[in-house]
Amino acid sequence: MTYFPEEVVEHIVDFLGSHGDRNAVSTVCKAWYQVDRLSRRSVFVGNCYAIRPERVVTRFPEMKSLTVKGKPHFADFNLVPYDWGGFAQPWIEAAARGCPGLEELRLKRMVITDDDLELLSCSFPNFKSLVLVSCEGFSTDGLAEIATYCRGLRELDLQENEVEDHGHQWLSCFPDSCTSLVSLNFACLKGEVNASALERLVARCPNLRSLKLNHSIPVESLNKILARAPHLVDLGTGSFTIDNRSETYHRLINSFFRCKSLRSLSGFWDASPFCLQAVYPICANLTVLNLSYAPAIQSADLTKLVGFCFKLQKLWVLDCIGDKGLVVVASTCKELQELRVFPSDVYGAGITAVTEEGLVAISSGCPKLNSLLYFCYQMTNAALTTVAKNCPHFTRFRLCILEPEKPDPVTNQPLDEGFGAIVRSCKNLRRLSVSGLLTDQVFLYIGMYAERLEMLSIAFAGDSDKGMVYVLNGCKNLRKLEIRDCPFGDAALLKDVAKYETMRSLWMSSCDVTLGGCKSLAAKMPRLNVEIINENDGTSESKENLSDQHKLVLCQQFTSVSNDIMFTSNDPDVCRRVRL
Amino acid sequence: MSTTETGNSSTTESAVSGLDYEETQLTLAPPGGSRSELERKRGFSEGVDLSLETKDFLSGSSDEPPKPQVVGWPPVRSFRRNVLKSCTYVKVAVDGTPYLRKVDLEAYAGYQQLLTALEEMFSCFTARTYPNVRRLVDPVNGTEYVPTYEDKDGDWMLIGDVPWKMFVASCKRLRLMKSSEFVDIGCITER
Repeated sequence: MTYFPEEVVEHIVDFLGSHGDRNAVSTVCKAWYQVDRLSRRSVFVGNCYAIRPERVVTRFPEMKSLTVKGKPHFADFNLVPYDWGGFAQPWIEAAARGCPGLEELRLKRMVITDDDLELLSCSFPNFKSLVLVSCEGFSTDGLAEIATYCRGLRELDLQENEVEDHGHQWLSCFPDSCTSLVSLNFACLKGEVNASALERLVARCPNLRSLKLNHSIPVESLNKILARAPHLVDLGTGSFTIDNRSETYHRLINSFFRCKSLRSLSGFWDASPFCLQAVYPICANLTVLNLSYAPAIQSADLTKLVGFCFKLQKLWVLDCIGDKGLVVVASTCKELQELRVFPSDVYGAGITAVTEEGLVAISSGCPKLNSLLYFCYQMTNAALTTVAKNCPHFTRFRLCILEPEKPDPVTNQPLDEGFGAIVRSCKNLRRLSVSGLLTDQVFLYIGMYAERLEMLSIAFAGDSDKGMVYVLNGCKNLRKLEIRDCPFGDAALLKDVAKYETMRSLWMSSCDVTLGGCKSLAAKMPRLNVEIINENDGTSESKENLSDQHKLVLCQQFTSVSNDIMFTSNDPDVCRRVRL
Repeated sequence: MSTTETGNSSTTESAVSGLDYEETQLTLAPPGGSRSELERKRGFSEGVDLSLETKDFLSGSSDEPPKPQVVGWPPVRSFRRNVLKSCTYVKVAVDGTPYLRKVDLEAYAGYQQLLTALEEMFSCFTARTYPNVRRLVDPVNGTEYVPTYEDKDGDWMLIGDVPWKMFVASCKRLRLMKSSEFVDIGCITER
C-alpha cells in the first residue's frame, strides 16, 4: 500500500465520520497516521486526563472542533467531590497556542472559569461554536466576554450548567454587528436576562434556528420573539405562566400558529396546566418535546397534549404522566424513538406514578423505540421480557427502579431474567443501566449476550466477585463501567487487568475493593491511571484504609497512541486524589 | 457543584418504598410500631393515626433512628433536582378574602407548623381541632375554616390525611374553605 497516493487516502478517510474509525485508520501504518493527523478536523477526547492537551494540539494542528469530557458520569449524582478536577484551562491554553484556527469547543462535566472564557474569546478569530454541558466554575461575566469578542459566533449552547449570576448585561454585549447566531441556549441561567436586548438580538439574526430561554423571560417577550423569528426550528420557552383568558395568551397561540418550522419544544418553566393549550397549533409538527421541567402539569393535560403529537420522535416527561398517559403516547406516537420518564418526586415522598405497565404499553405501541430512560416504581420480569420482544432495536436501555434492590413484585424474584431477555433480544445494545434486585446471574447474561455493549451502569446489584468478572470477561466492546454499592472486591478487580487497556474508564464506589487491591492494580498496569478519591479529611489514617463507605476508585485509560506520555496532575486544588 | 448530598431529610433517600397497601393502611396503633421487617423501607409504615388527640403528623423521622442516607440516589442530576425542588411554593386562598398568599411548604416540618403559619398569616385565626378535622377559626365573626388542598390530580382534599412529605409533594394549592360549605357537602358531622 505504500504506493497509494496520500491524497487519495485522505479523500477516502474524509468519509469516515466516527472518531473510532479514524483512530483505527491512524494505527494502520505511519503514512496513514500522518494522513489522518493532518486531515482530522474534529477531535474527541473522552477523558481529559487520558492525554495531555499539548499532545492533542501537536498531533492535530488542523483541528477545527474539539470535544473534551471531564468528570466521571457519576459526578452528576454528587459522587465526585467538588474539587476533583476536569479543568478546561490547560485545553484552552494549549489550543490557543497550537490551533488558532479552532472554531468549535464542546466541553462536558468540566470546570471552566471566566478567565478561561476570556482567553477563549480572544484567541480564536474564527470561533463559531461553544457548547457547555454540565459544566461549572463560570459566571455571566464570562458569557459577556464571549458575546463581546467572538465575532461571527454561531452557537452558544449552555446545557444544565452551574452558572453564577453576575447580572443580566451579558446579553447586551452582543454587538449590533452580531447577526450570525444560529443557536442560542441559556435555559440553565438562574438570573434575570435582559429581555429587550434579547428581542433586538433575535431580530437581527436571520439565521437563528434554535433558541432556548430561561425562566426569567416572560411570555410577552416570547410573543415578540416568535413574531420576529417565525422560522425557529427549536424553541425552549421561558416562563410559561399565563392566564388563559388574557390577550397575551391569545397572541401566543397566534404566534405559535405562525411558526411553521417549529419541530422541537422544551422549557415550560413554571408552566401551569392550561397553558399547554397554546401549543396545540404546532403539536402535529413536533418531533421533539421536553416537558420534564414542568412538574405542575398534571397527567390529564400532559396526555391531552401528547395526544396531538403524532410525529413525535423524542419525548421527555415526568412520571406524573402516569401509566395511562403512556398508553396514550403509545397509541399516538408511532414514530417514537427516544423516551425519557423522569421522577417528579426525587425526595422520596413515596409518590411514584409509572410502573411496568406504562413501559409495556410503550413497547407495543412504539416499535421504533431505541433509546429509553425510565424511572419507575416497580418492574417485572414478564414486562421486561415483553418489552424485549417488542423492541429489539434498543441501543440505549436505562431502567431505574426507584427503590434499590426491589424484586419483581409479582413473583418476588430478582430481575435477572428480565434484563437477560433485554440483552438477548437487543443485539445493538450499546448502553445499559440495571436496577432492582439482581444477582450474579444477570451479569452472566450480560457477559454472554451484550456483545456491542459499550457502557454499563450498576448499582446495588450482584452477590459476589463473579458478577463483575462475567462482565469483564464477556463484553468485548465495553468501554465504560461504573459500579456503586455492589459486593465486588479485589479479586474481581484484579482478575483480568489487561481488560482495562481496552476501556476508557472504570468507576467503583462503595464496593469491597481495598487500597491494597488498587495498589496492586496500579503496579501491574503502569500505563493505567489509577486513582482513589477519598471523601474523608485526607489524614494518613484514612488514606491507608478504604472505609466501607465512600470507597471510590477510578481507573482511567490512556489513548492507544503508543508514544503518549503519562499525564500527572499538577493541580494544587486536587488534594483528595491519590494517584497510585 | 455541591458536595455529597445529604438528601432532604433523614427520612427519604434510603430505600424508599412505594405505597404498598399494608403500609398506608389506617391503623389505630401508635406510630413507630412493629414493622421490623420493613425497617429498611422508609416513610409511611406508621400509617395515619386518627386518634382523638391532636397529632402532629410529622413523617415520623423524629421518632426513629436516622436512616442511612443514600447519596446520589435516585440518579438524577442536581440541575433537575433543583428545578423540581423549587416548586414547593403554593398559593393559599381563603374564602371571602380578596388576596391570595403564598407559602413554601418546604419551610415547614409538618401539618402543625403549617397551620400555625397560616394562623399567623391570616392573623385572625386560631386553630381548633375537632375529631379528625382541623379547623381555623376567625374569632371576630366566628367563621370556621377547614384547610383543604388541591393535589396533583386536581382533586380537592382535606389536609391531614396523608403523611406530611406526601402532602408536600402532591399539594398544588391551599384553600381555607368555609366550614359551613364543608358541612354542606357532607364531609363531617357537627358535634
